Amino acid sequence: MAERALGHTPSQTVGPFLHLALADPAARFAVPAGSAGAVVVCGRVTDGDGAPVPDAVIETWQIDGMFARCPTDAEGKYEVHTAKPPGVPTRDGTPQAPHLAVSVFARGLFDRLVTRCYFGDEAEANAADPTLATVDADRRSTLVADGTPERGYRFDIRLQGANESVFFTL
Amino acid sequence: MGADPSRYVESTVVVTLGKGSAAPDWDSFRPPPDGTHPPFDFPGYGSTRLRHPNGEPIRLDPGKADPTDLSGPVFGHGSVRDAEADLTIGAGGEAIGQRIIVTGHLLDAGGRPIPSSLVEIWQANASGRYRHQSDRWPGALDPNFIGAGRALTDAESSYRFVTVRPGAYPWGNHRNAWRPAHIHFSVFGRAFAQRLVTQMYFPDDPLFFQDPMLNAIADPVARGRLVAAYDHDVTEPEWALGYRFDIVLRGPARTPFEEPHDG
Repeated sequence: MAERALGHTPSQTVGPFLHLALADPAARFAVPAGSAGAVVVCGRVTDGDGAPVPDAVIETWQIDGMFARCPTDAEGKYEVHTAKPPGVPTRDGTPQAPHLAVSVFARGLFDRLVTRCYFGDEAEANAADPTLATVDADRRSTLVADGTPERGYRFDIRLQGANESVFFTL
Repeated sequence: MGADPSRYVESTVVVTLGKGSAAPDWDSFRPPPDGTHPPFDFPGYGSTRLRHPNGEPIRLDPGKADPTDLSGPVFGHGSVRDAEADLTIGAGGEAIGQRIIVTGHLLDAGGRPIPSSLVEIWQANASGRYRHQSDRWPGALDPNFIGAGRALTDAESSYRFVTVRPGAYPWGNHRNAWRPAHIHFSVFGRAFAQRLVTQMYFPDDPLFFQDPMLNAIADPVARGRLVAAYDHDVTEPEWALGYRFDIVLRGPARTPFEEPHDG
């Protein structure tokens, strides 16, 4: 069979009416609220003027099978309830710090934005993470959520401008 | 109403294939060619102005692929009811408008099927009005149409929805701006790397010329993939017109050594 690739389907924006399909309030719970080991990750999504983005949807995915989805509210805030994932090595065996794979969709975004949420109380693992090492030192903090398992973690996403979040291409 | 995570995710599928095998290199999940996806910064679509990142994204090293990116949520068969694929049944009766069947295959770029993948859709009603608080234009609301549905792809990697053909919808992007009739699609695939949100259009629509969303796709062949095909073989007599819309996600191209239906 000759090598052949099918043409990829292009992306389009999620648009302003995403809540019809992507805003089930139960979906923000990858684990039941208040269960043992549950942590809350929350934050604000803002635009190039620093204004809230009230029509975004955030999805988090992690290696231990936890998936959560939450739309932003009128103040641009989202939250997910999950369990802190383990750090797992890359395919070539390099250790990684624990992190969430994060997808950002919004009106005004023509494609998904990919970022990562590392944990502020994992300083040693973060210092050795191969992906964080590729990020300029002065932007690394945009990928790290401050907090603790008890207090929860704060992960803001700044789409554009001052202290803009780091995004990745897979 | 409690939070039941099992409603969404049953397990994890981690795609791991040994290095040095003749099997495809899943690490790459090759990105599509330039001109496939619209660019983040596109002045023709006004809302991109304050939302597109200024910085260049960092390309993740395919040699150090993260199993998180290569895996994805698996939505159990009990989590989606068959009825969720029919958008025409309202609380008080049937939705107004041309009943249509929308069906297609979900594949990766190597032609591999992706069974049991979640497909979520949403759309305006036949008048072009969304049942959403932010849509205030005077298109008539239909009490029997909400406009959201879900389905899992079957063993042959096929999905099927029954809905009504959405109307065109005016917006403020430019003078006399109208979105061509479209259905929003959200697709998971097997892996985080494959996640896609897109829109499906209809083949006979006169509004494409002024739509920045479609025209932001630089490659006209890629643009054409978002236009569904009318398919008379899908049309059911005295019931519904049929449209076919295949969706192709990232994935390695097939090599000559690959088995036809592996993965």
